[in-house]
Amino acid sequence: MSIAATNLGWSVRRRTILDDVSVTVAPGTILGLLGPNGSGKSSLLRLLAGLRRPDRGRVTLDGQDIAGMRRRDLARRVALVQQHAATEMNVTVQDVVMLGRTPHRAPLSGCSAADLAAVDTALAQTGMTDRRDQGWQSLSGGERQRVQIARALAQNPRELFLDEPTNHLDIQHQLELLRLIARLGLTSIVALHNLNHAAMFCDRLLVLEGGRVVAEGTPDQVLTADLLADVFRVRCDFHRTSDGRRHILFR
Amino acid sequence: MTTRAMPGRGGFAALLAISAMALTLAVALAVSIGEMRIPLSTVALSMGNHLGWTEAPISRIQDSVIWDLRLSRALVAALCGAGLAICGAILQSLLRNTLAEPYVLGVSAGASTGAVAVIILGVGAGAVSLSAGAFAGALAAFAFVALLSDGGRGGPDRTILAGVAAAQLFNALTAYVVTTSGNAQQARDVMFWLLGSFGGVRWPEFQLLAVVIVIGLAVCIWYAHALDAFTFGDDAAASMGIPVARVRIVLFVTTALITATIVSMVGSIGFVGLVVPHAVRFLIGPGHMRLLPACAVVGAVFMVLADIVSRSVMTQQTLPIGIVTALVGVPCFSLILYRARRPA
Repeated sequence: MSIAATNLGWSVRRRTILDDVSVTVAPGTILGLLGPNGSGKSSLLRLLAGLRRPDRGRVTLDGQDIAGMRRRDLARRVALVQQHAATEMNVTVQDVVMLGRTPHRAPLSGCSAADLAAVDTALAQTGMTDRRDQGWQSLSGGERQRVQIARALAQNPRELFLDEPTNHLDIQHQLELLRLIARLGLTSIVALHNLNHAAMFCDRLLVLEGGRVVAEGTPDQVLTADLLADVFRVRCDFHRTSDGRRHILFR
Repeated sequence: MTTRAMPGRGGFAALLAISAMALTLAVALAVSIGEMRIPLSTVALSMGNHLGWTEAPISRIQDSVIWDLRLSRALVAALCGAGLAICGAILQSLLRNTLAEPYVLGVSAGASTGAVAVIILGVGAGAVSLSAGAFAGALAAFAFVALLSDGGRGGPDRTILAGVAAAQLFNALTAYVVTTSGNAQQARDVMFWLLGSFGGVRWPEFQLLAVVIVIGLAVCIWYAHALDAFTFGDDAAASMGIPVARVRIVLFVTTALITATIVSMVGSIGFVGLVVPHAVRFLIGPGHMRLLPACAVVGAVFMVLADIVSRSVMTQQTLPIGIVTALVGVPCFSLILYRARRPA
């Protein structure tokens, strides 16, 4: 297991955000995080990325507790793409992707050949090479997400966490982005709202409700009529796609 | 450095070179212009004499005006401009707020209160304790703003409102201390000093200020990559390996120290920290490795020129420097505010 969390508990001002959550992800696979708004998906990603310390339980990378790791070492291994990336600064695409090199650069250093190579690769992987000199402010929502993913890739992570990366994108860009994530072959944890996309792109799913894990397993195991009725308060039928995946039809 | 040249951003070396020349020229002008006009050639010869390069005959009065009065004043002005511009750039990046700077956030007001408390209530004595009082006041103002704005995370509007509240509070405290405890002469002196004045600064002030600004700039440049990483906020910076809490504290304390040292010597001078970083970013882009040194030099030029203006608008009288910088700065502030108001 590359990343694993055991019995995580976290509360803010006595309100429980996460309660006894355990997660494991096999290397090179994608775990989808599902759950209604406010179920704790973003908080879980923050704890996994080491941005917040859990009150109980621990997060380990290859068996090592991340609480004992230097933030810089963690950032060379794990990258996070947040839900709303916004800035008022007039930065270019290349500037943003170069930010991903931060954990690899010493203070006062210029950018090395390795930095430039990593930026070039990340831009190529996300199809943004032609846009490298374009200003961030002039990009569309889908392009901004791609640039943020390129920034994360420039960190050279083995684990990639994405918090609702398809939010506010049209359907074409949602699918393109998820295909891109699948193509990268990194150990990924993706918070998603679209259940069919979760079924299409994720190897396993974890469903949160009120900060607790209510289901975990393959899409076929997890996405059942009972669970969807219990957690999401929707009734649905299922349909098999030609490639054998489960497709949800809402009633 | 093998940074790829980006469109419109290759001008860093050019900007630095031009600014350095402009600074030399501005300081020379500042030394030459005044009630006693001194030709630039005499200024150059006097410099040569003091550096031991020439032994030109110059009247002792002229030499004293050049060396003891005007050069020290011009160099202090340059350092103040550099320091305030750096503070503005740092605060704008850390708080992710285009309007942030020491004056707008009330940090200058806090430093004034601290300094006035030392002068009038006599808490300690001497230049260092004056700076220390100002430093304590600046930190208090920072703490006040941080508390009201949820550490700058409450959004740009809340940070600025907290700054306005801090400025009002500390200016009121200053006025209270002055009116209840000071005599008429002290009150007049303090009020003039509060608007900013380079009158009376000499070499000892220059030395202290030079040490603080050089160390402060070095600390800030050390954190240049970290400041870049704040582009998308605290969490993004943390996810890229920046120890956010430590960086924030180190840089807030550094800006408080720079602001406090400046305020304790020349009063609170507004808007330099606002205008200069925006202008420099527009010219060379937002990367802090270049932005901070460029802000320092451009801020220095701006302040020396502002001081020349403040001394030459009226004969026989000097305008408080804060009035000159506000006359330039407020229109810029309004423009930025107006643009920030419109939906993107």
